[in-house]
Amino acid sequence: MDIPYTVQARPDTGVYNAKVGMWLFLASEVMLFGGLFSAYILLRVAAPPGTWPHGWLSVPLGTLNTLLLALSAVTTLLAWAACKARLFDRYKLFQAVTLVLALVFLGIKGYEYRDKLLHYEIALKDGRIADGHLVESRPEAVVLHGRYVASHAELMDGRHPGAHEEIRIERAQIQRMENYGPAHNTFTAIYFTLTGLHGLHLIGGILVFAYLWGPGSAMWHTDPERFTNRVEVSGLFWHFVDLVWIFLFPVLYLT
Amino acid sequence: MTEPLNPEAFRAYARRCGLVFLAVACMTLLMVAASYVPLHNHALTIAIILSVACVNASLVAGYLMHLISEQKMIYTLLAFTGIFFAGLMGLSVFAAHDVPALLHQTVTR
Repeated sequence: MDIPYTVQARPDTGVYNAKVGMWLFLASEVMLFGGLFSAYILLRVAAPPGTWPHGWLSVPLGTLNTLLLALSAVTTLLAWAACKARLFDRYKLFQAVTLVLALVFLGIKGYEYRDKLLHYEIALKDGRIADGHLVESRPEAVVLHGRYVASHAELMDGRHPGAHEEIRIERAQIQRMENYGPAHNTFTAIYFTLTGLHGLHLIGGILVFAYLWGPGSAMWHTDPERFTNRVEVSGLFWHFVDLVWIFLFPVLYLT
Repeated sequence: MTEPLNPEAFRAYARRCGLVFLAVACMTLLMVAASYVPLHNHALTIAIILSVACVNASLVAGYLMHLISEQKMIYTLLAFTGIFFAGLMGLSVFAAHDVPALLHQTVTR
Protein backbone atom coordinates (compact mmCIF):
# COMPACT_ATOMS: atom_id res chain seq x y z
CA MET A 1 0.00 0.00 0.00
CA ASP A 2 1.37 3.41 -0.93
CA ILE A 3 1.34 6.17 1.64
CA PRO A 4 -0.35 9.14 -0.02
CA TYR A 5 1.15 12.61 -0.37
CA THR A 6 4.72 11.76 0.61
CA VAL A 7 6.00 13.76 -2.35
CA GLN A 8 3.16 15.79 -3.84
CA ALA A 9 1.40 18.44 -1.82
CA ARG A 10 -2.03 17.50 -0.54
CA PRO A 11 -4.58 19.73 -2.29
CA ASP A 12 -6.40 20.87 0.85
CA THR A 13 -3.30 21.66 2.97
CA GLY A 14 -0.93 22.75 0.22
CA VAL A 15 1.97 20.73 1.71
CA TYR A 16 2.98 17.08 1.79
CA ASN A 17 1.82 15.06 4.79
CA ALA A 18 5.16 14.54 6.52
CA LYS A 19 5.66 18.28 6.73
CA VAL A 20 2.27 18.84 8.37
CA GLY A 21 3.08 15.97 10.72
CA MET A 22 6.42 17.49 11.64
CA TRP A 23 4.89 20.91 12.30
CA LEU A 24 2.21 19.30 14.50
CA PHE A 25 4.95 17.49 16.39
CA LEU A 26 6.90 20.73 16.78
CA ALA A 27 3.74 22.42 18.11
CA SER A 28 3.58 19.79 20.85
CA GLU A 29 7.29 20.32 21.50
CA VAL A 30 6.69 24.05 21.92
CA MET A 31 4.24 23.22 24.71
CA LEU A 32 6.67 20.73 26.29
CA PHE A 33 9.55 23.18 26.45
CA GLY A 34 7.10 26.00 27.22
CA GLY A 35 6.02 24.16 30.37
CA LEU A 36 9.64 23.78 31.47
CA PHE A 37 10.45 27.41 30.71
CA SER A 38 7.37 28.33 32.74
CA ALA A 39 8.73 26.22 35.61
CA TYR A 40 12.07 28.03 35.28
CA ILE A 41 10.36 31.43 35.46
CA LEU A 42 8.36 30.45 38.56
CA LEU A 43 11.40 28.98 40.32
CA ARG A 44 13.48 32.02 39.55
CA VAL A 45 10.86 34.63 40.47
CA ALA A 46 10.10 32.76 43.69
CA ALA A 47 13.75 32.51 44.71
CA PRO A 48 14.45 34.81 47.67
CA PRO A 49 16.91 37.63 46.85
CA GLY A 50 20.51 36.49 46.74
CA THR A 51 19.71 32.80 46.43
CA TRP A 52 19.63 32.45 42.64
CA PRO A 53 23.10 31.63 41.30
CA HIS A 54 24.89 33.78 38.73
CA GLY A 55 27.96 32.88 36.74
CA TRP A 56 27.93 29.18 37.53
CA LEU A 57 28.14 28.20 33.87
CA SER A 58 30.94 28.86 31.38
CA VAL A 59 29.85 31.66 29.03
CA PRO A 60 32.66 31.00 26.49
CA LEU A 61 31.63 27.33 26.21
CA GLY A 62 27.94 28.26 25.97
CA THR A 63 28.72 30.84 23.27
CA LEU A 64 30.79 28.33 21.34
CA ASN A 65 27.97 25.79 21.53
CA THR A 66 25.46 28.39 20.32
CA LEU A 67 27.63 29.15 17.29
CA LEU A 68 28.18 25.44 16.58
CA LEU A 69 24.47 24.72 16.68
CA ALA A 70 23.65 27.75 14.50
CA LEU A 71 26.26 26.60 11.98
CA SER A 72 24.83 23.06 12.02
CA ALA A 73 21.38 24.54 11.33
CA VAL A 74 22.81 26.19 8.23
CA THR A 75 24.63 23.07 7.06
CA THR A 76 21.52 20.90 7.43
CA LEU A 77 19.62 23.45 5.34
CA LEU A 78 22.38 23.36 2.73
CA ALA A 79 22.16 19.55 2.75
CA TRP A 80 18.48 19.85 1.83
CA ALA A 81 19.23 22.55 -0.80
CA ALA A 82 21.88 20.25 -2.29
CA CYS A 83 19.21 17.56 -2.65
CA LYS A 84 16.95 20.09 -4.39
CA ALA A 85 19.85 20.92 -6.75
CA ARG A 86 20.44 17.20 -7.35
CA LEU A 87 23.96 17.47 -5.90
CA PHE A 88 24.06 14.25 -3.89
CA ASP A 89 27.79 14.47 -3.05
CA ARG A 90 27.22 17.95 -1.61
CA TYR A 91 24.31 16.57 0.40
CA LYS A 92 26.61 13.93 1.88
CA LEU A 93 29.22 16.56 2.71
CA PHE A 94 26.86 19.02 4.40
CA GLN A 95 25.01 16.31 6.33
CA ALA A 96 28.35 14.91 7.55
CA VAL A 97 29.40 18.39 8.70
CA THR A 98 26.07 18.71 10.53
CA LEU A 99 26.70 15.40 12.29
CA VAL A 100 30.22 16.40 13.32
CA LEU A 101 29.03 19.78 14.64
CA ALA A 102 26.23 18.10 16.59
CA LEU A 103 28.66 15.60 18.13
CA VAL A 104 31.06 18.39 19.09
CA PHE A 105 28.13 20.23 20.72
CA LEU A 106 27.29 17.11 22.73
CA GLY A 107 30.95 16.65 23.65
CA ILE A 108 31.16 20.19 25.04
CA LYS A 109 27.89 19.70 26.90
CA GLY A 110 29.26 16.47 28.35
CA TYR A 111 32.38 18.33 29.49
CA GLU A 112 30.18 20.94 31.20
CA TYR A 113 28.16 18.20 32.93
CA ARG A 114 31.37 16.54 34.10
CA ASP A 115 32.59 19.88 35.45
CA LYS A 116 29.38 20.24 37.49
CA LEU A 117 29.39 16.65 38.74
CA LEU A 118 33.00 16.97 39.95
CA HIS A 119 32.32 20.33 41.61
CA TYR A 120 31.66 19.82 45.34
CA GLU A 121 30.40 21.91 48.18
CA ILE A 122 31.54 20.51 51.53
CA ALA A 123 30.08 21.80 54.81
CA LEU A 124 32.56 21.32 57.65
CA LYS A 125 31.75 20.71 61.31
CA ASP A 126 33.45 24.00 62.27
CA GLY A 127 30.90 25.95 60.18
CA ARG A 128 33.13 26.72 57.19
CA ILE A 129 32.28 25.63 53.66
CA ALA A 130 34.82 24.31 51.19
CA ASP A 131 33.93 24.66 47.51
CA GLY A 132 35.84 23.38 44.52
CA HIS A 133 36.55 20.59 42.09
CA LEU A 134 37.37 17.14 43.36
CA VAL A 135 41.02 16.24 42.84
CA GLU A 136 41.23 13.09 44.94
CA SER A 137 38.89 11.04 47.07
CA ARG A 138 40.27 8.62 49.68
CA PRO A 139 38.64 6.78 52.58
CA GLU A 140 40.31 9.10 55.11
CA ALA A 141 40.26 12.43 53.22
CA VAL A 142 39.23 14.31 50.11
CA VAL A 143 41.27 16.84 48.16
CA LEU A 144 39.58 19.77 46.40
CA HIS A 145 40.94 22.46 44.13
CA GLY A 146 38.91 25.35 45.47
CA ARG A 147 38.48 27.73 48.39
CA TYR A 148 36.90 28.18 51.81
CA VAL A 149 33.90 30.48 52.25
CA ALA A 150 32.18 31.60 55.44
CA SER A 151 28.62 31.23 54.19
CA HIS A 152 26.58 29.59 51.47
CA ALA A 153 25.55 33.02 50.12
CA GLU A 154 29.14 33.70 49.02
CA LEU A 155 28.85 30.85 46.53
CA MET A 156 25.89 32.34 44.68
CA ASP A 157 27.98 34.67 42.52
CA GLY A 158 30.41 32.59 40.50
CA ARG A 159 31.58 35.52 38.38
CA HIS A 160 34.33 36.52 40.85
CA PRO A 161 35.42 33.25 42.43
CA GLY A 162 38.68 34.49 43.99
CA ALA A 163 41.89 32.52 44.44
CA HIS A 164 41.75 28.72 44.38
CA GLU A 165 44.17 26.35 46.03
CA GLU A 166 44.46 22.67 46.82
CA ILE A 167 42.56 21.85 50.03
CA ARG A 168 42.84 18.60 51.95
CA ILE A 169 39.86 17.80 54.16
CA GLU A 170 39.73 14.92 56.60
CA ARG A 171 36.55 12.84 56.35
CA ALA A 172 36.01 13.22 60.10
CA GLN A 173 35.65 17.01 59.61
CA ILE A 174 32.92 16.70 56.98
CA GLN A 175 29.33 17.33 57.97
CA ARG A 176 27.83 17.26 54.47
CA MET A 177 29.33 16.75 51.02
CA GLU A 178 27.36 17.35 47.85
CA ASN A 179 28.23 17.84 44.19
CA TYR A 180 26.61 20.36 41.84
CA GLY A 181 24.34 17.69 40.35
CA PRO A 182 20.59 18.03 39.78
CA ALA A 183 19.85 17.56 43.50
CA HIS A 184 22.10 20.44 44.61
CA ASN A 185 19.52 23.24 44.32
CA THR A 186 16.64 24.45 42.15
CA PHE A 187 19.00 26.09 39.65
CA THR A 188 20.99 22.92 38.97
CA ALA A 189 17.74 20.91 38.92
CA ILE A 190 16.17 23.07 36.19
CA TYR A 191 19.54 23.40 34.40
CA PHE A 192 20.00 19.64 34.12
CA THR A 193 16.33 19.10 33.24
CA LEU A 194 16.25 21.70 30.45
CA THR A 195 19.64 20.96 28.95
CA GLY A 196 19.18 17.20 29.44
CA LEU A 197 15.90 17.21 27.54
CA HIS A 198 17.49 19.39 24.87
CA GLY A 199 20.41 16.96 24.69
CA LEU A 200 18.02 14.03 24.20
CA HIS A 201 16.47 15.90 21.27
CA LEU A 202 19.96 16.39 19.85
CA ILE A 203 20.68 12.68 20.15
CA GLY A 204 17.38 11.93 18.39
CA GLY A 205 18.30 14.34 15.59
CA ILE A 206 21.78 12.85 15.28
CA LEU A 207 20.33 9.32 14.93
CA VAL A 208 17.96 10.47 12.18
CA PHE A 209 20.70 12.39 10.35
CA ALA A 210 23.07 9.43 10.64
CA TYR A 211 20.39 7.15 9.15
CA LEU A 212 19.69 9.58 6.30
CA TRP A 213 23.41 9.99 5.66
CA GLY A 214 24.10 6.24 5.79
CA PRO A 215 21.64 3.42 5.00
CA GLY A 216 18.66 5.73 4.47
CA SER A 217 20.40 7.53 1.62
CA ALA A 218 19.75 4.50 -0.62
CA MET A 219 16.31 6.03 -1.23
CA TRP A 220 18.01 8.81 -3.19
CA HIS A 221 18.58 6.38 -6.07
CA THR A 222 14.97 5.15 -6.15
CA ASP A 223 12.86 8.12 -5.04
CA PRO A 224 14.94 11.32 -4.77
CA GLU A 225 11.92 13.61 -4.22
CA ARG A 226 10.73 11.63 -1.23
CA PHE A 227 14.27 11.46 0.15
CA THR A 228 14.58 15.25 -0.21
CA ASN A 229 11.36 15.67 1.75
CA ARG A 230 12.74 13.42 4.51
CA VAL A 231 15.82 15.60 4.69
CA GLU A 232 13.59 18.68 4.87
CA VAL A 233 11.43 17.47 7.77
CA SER A 234 14.46 16.25 9.73
CA GLY A 235 15.97 19.69 9.13
CA LEU A 236 12.83 21.35 10.50
CA PHE A 237 13.25 19.34 13.68
CA TRP A 238 16.91 20.39 13.88
CA HIS A 239 16.02 24.06 13.48
CA PHE A 240 13.57 23.70 16.35
CA VAL A 241 16.35 22.20 18.50
CA ASP A 242 18.47 25.23 17.56
CA LEU A 243 15.58 27.58 18.43
CA VAL A 244 15.25 26.05 21.89
CA TRP A 245 18.98 26.50 22.50
CA ILE A 246 18.78 30.13 21.35
CA PHE A 247 16.59 30.74 24.42
CA LEU A 248 18.27 28.26 26.77
CA PHE A 249 21.67 29.90 26.34
CA PRO A 250 20.74 33.43 27.50
CA VAL A 251 18.31 32.21 30.15
CA LEU A 252 20.76 29.82 31.83
CA TYR A 253 24.16 31.32 31.05
CA LEU A 254 23.71 35.08 30.71
CA THR A 255 20.90 36.32 32.97
CA MET B 1 10.37 26.09 -1.81
CA THR B 2 9.04 23.28 -3.99
CA GLU B 3 10.83 23.81 -7.27
CA PRO B 4 14.26 22.21 -7.95
CA LEU B 5 17.35 24.40 -7.68
CA ASN B 6 19.91 24.80 -10.42
CA PRO B 7 23.60 24.93 -9.34
CA GLU B 8 23.68 28.73 -9.65
CA ALA B 9 20.56 29.10 -7.51
CA PHE B 10 22.13 26.69 -5.00
CA ARG B 11 25.20 28.92 -4.69
CA ALA B 12 23.00 31.99 -4.20
CA TYR B 13 21.00 30.12 -1.58
CA ALA B 14 24.22 29.06 0.20
CA ARG B 15 25.37 32.70 0.26
CA ARG B 16 22.06 33.74 1.82
CA CYS B 17 22.37 30.99 4.43
CA GLY B 18 25.90 32.21 5.19
CA LEU B 19 24.58 35.72 5.76
CA VAL B 20 21.89 34.40 8.11
CA PHE B 21 24.56 32.53 10.08
CA LEU B 22 26.68 35.68 10.31
CA ALA B 23 23.67 37.63 11.57
CA VAL B 24 22.91 34.93 14.17
CA ALA B 25 26.56 34.87 15.27
CA CYS B 26 26.64 38.67 15.62
CA MET B 27 23.40 38.62 17.63
CA THR B 28 24.81 35.92 19.89
CA LEU B 29 27.94 37.97 20.56
CA LEU B 30 25.74 41.03 21.16
CA MET B 31 23.79 39.04 23.79
CA VAL B 32 27.01 38.03 25.52
CA ALA B 33 28.32 41.61 25.42
CA ALA B 34 25.03 42.92 26.83
CA SER B 35 25.32 40.52 29.76
CA TYR B 36 28.66 42.11 30.74
CA VAL B 37 27.50 45.75 30.48
CA PRO B 38 27.04 47.11 34.03
CA LEU B 39 23.56 48.61 33.69
CA HIS B 40 22.82 48.29 37.45
CA ASN B 41 19.32 47.22 36.48
CA HIS B 42 19.08 43.46 36.21
CA ALA B 43 15.56 43.50 34.77
CA LEU B 44 16.68 45.81 31.95
CA THR B 45 19.68 43.59 31.20
CA ILE B 46 17.42 40.53 31.01
CA ALA B 47 14.96 42.40 28.76
CA ILE B 48 17.75 43.44 26.36
CA ILE B 49 19.27 39.96 26.22
CA LEU B 50 15.92 38.25 25.64
CA SER B 51 14.98 40.83 22.97
CA VAL B 52 18.17 39.98 21.07
CA ALA B 53 17.40 36.27 21.55
CA CYS B 54 13.95 36.88 19.99
CA VAL B 55 15.58 38.54 16.96
CA ASN B 56 17.92 35.54 16.69
CA ALA B 57 14.97 33.14 16.90
CA SER B 58 13.11 35.15 14.23
CA LEU B 59 16.05 34.80 11.86
CA VAL B 60 16.18 31.03 12.37
CA ALA B 61 12.41 30.58 12.12
CA GLY B 62 11.98 33.01 9.21
CA TYR B 63 14.87 32.09 6.97
CA LEU B 64 16.11 28.65 8.01
CA MET B 65 12.65 27.18 8.65
CA HIS B 66 11.24 29.12 5.67
CA LEU B 67 8.42 30.62 7.71
CA ILE B 68 8.59 33.81 5.66
CA SER B 69 7.18 31.90 2.70
CA GLU B 70 5.13 29.01 4.10
CA GLN B 71 1.67 27.70 3.30
CA LYS B 72 -1.44 29.03 5.05
CA MET B 73 -1.96 25.64 6.70
CA ILE B 74 1.35 25.94 8.57
CA TYR B 75 0.59 29.52 9.64
CA THR B 76 -2.82 28.41 10.95
CA LEU B 77 -1.21 25.60 12.93
CA LEU B 78 1.39 27.98 14.36
CA ALA B 79 -1.27 30.55 15.23
CA PHE B 80 -3.04 27.96 17.42
CA THR B 81 0.32 27.00 18.94
CA GLY B 82 0.96 30.66 19.70
CA ILE B 83 -2.42 31.01 21.41
CA PHE B 84 -1.85 27.95 23.60
CA PHE B 85 1.73 29.01 24.35
CA ALA B 86 0.53 32.48 25.36
CA GLY B 87 -2.03 30.81 27.62
CA LEU B 88 0.69 28.68 29.18
CA MET B 89 2.88 31.71 29.84
CA GLY B 90 -0.21 33.54 31.11
CA LEU B 91 -0.55 30.86 33.77
CA SER B 92 3.01 31.66 34.87
CA VAL B 93 2.12 35.35 35.13
CA PHE B 94 -1.06 34.61 37.11
CA ALA B 95 0.89 32.26 39.39
CA ALA B 96 3.37 35.07 40.09
CA HIS B 97 0.69 36.61 42.30
CA ASP B 98 1.53 33.86 44.78
CA VAL B 99 5.19 34.80 44.77
CA PRO B 100 5.24 37.62 47.39
CA ALA B 101 4.42 35.02 50.04
CA LEU B 102 7.36 32.92 48.86
CA LEU B 103 9.65 35.93 48.82
CA HIS B 104 9.22 36.35 52.57
CA GLN B 105 10.15 32.79 53.35
CA THR B 106 13.30 32.29 55.36
CA VAL B 107 16.36 31.34 53.38
CA THR B 108 17.34 27.98 54.74
CA ARG B 109 20.26 27.29 52.43
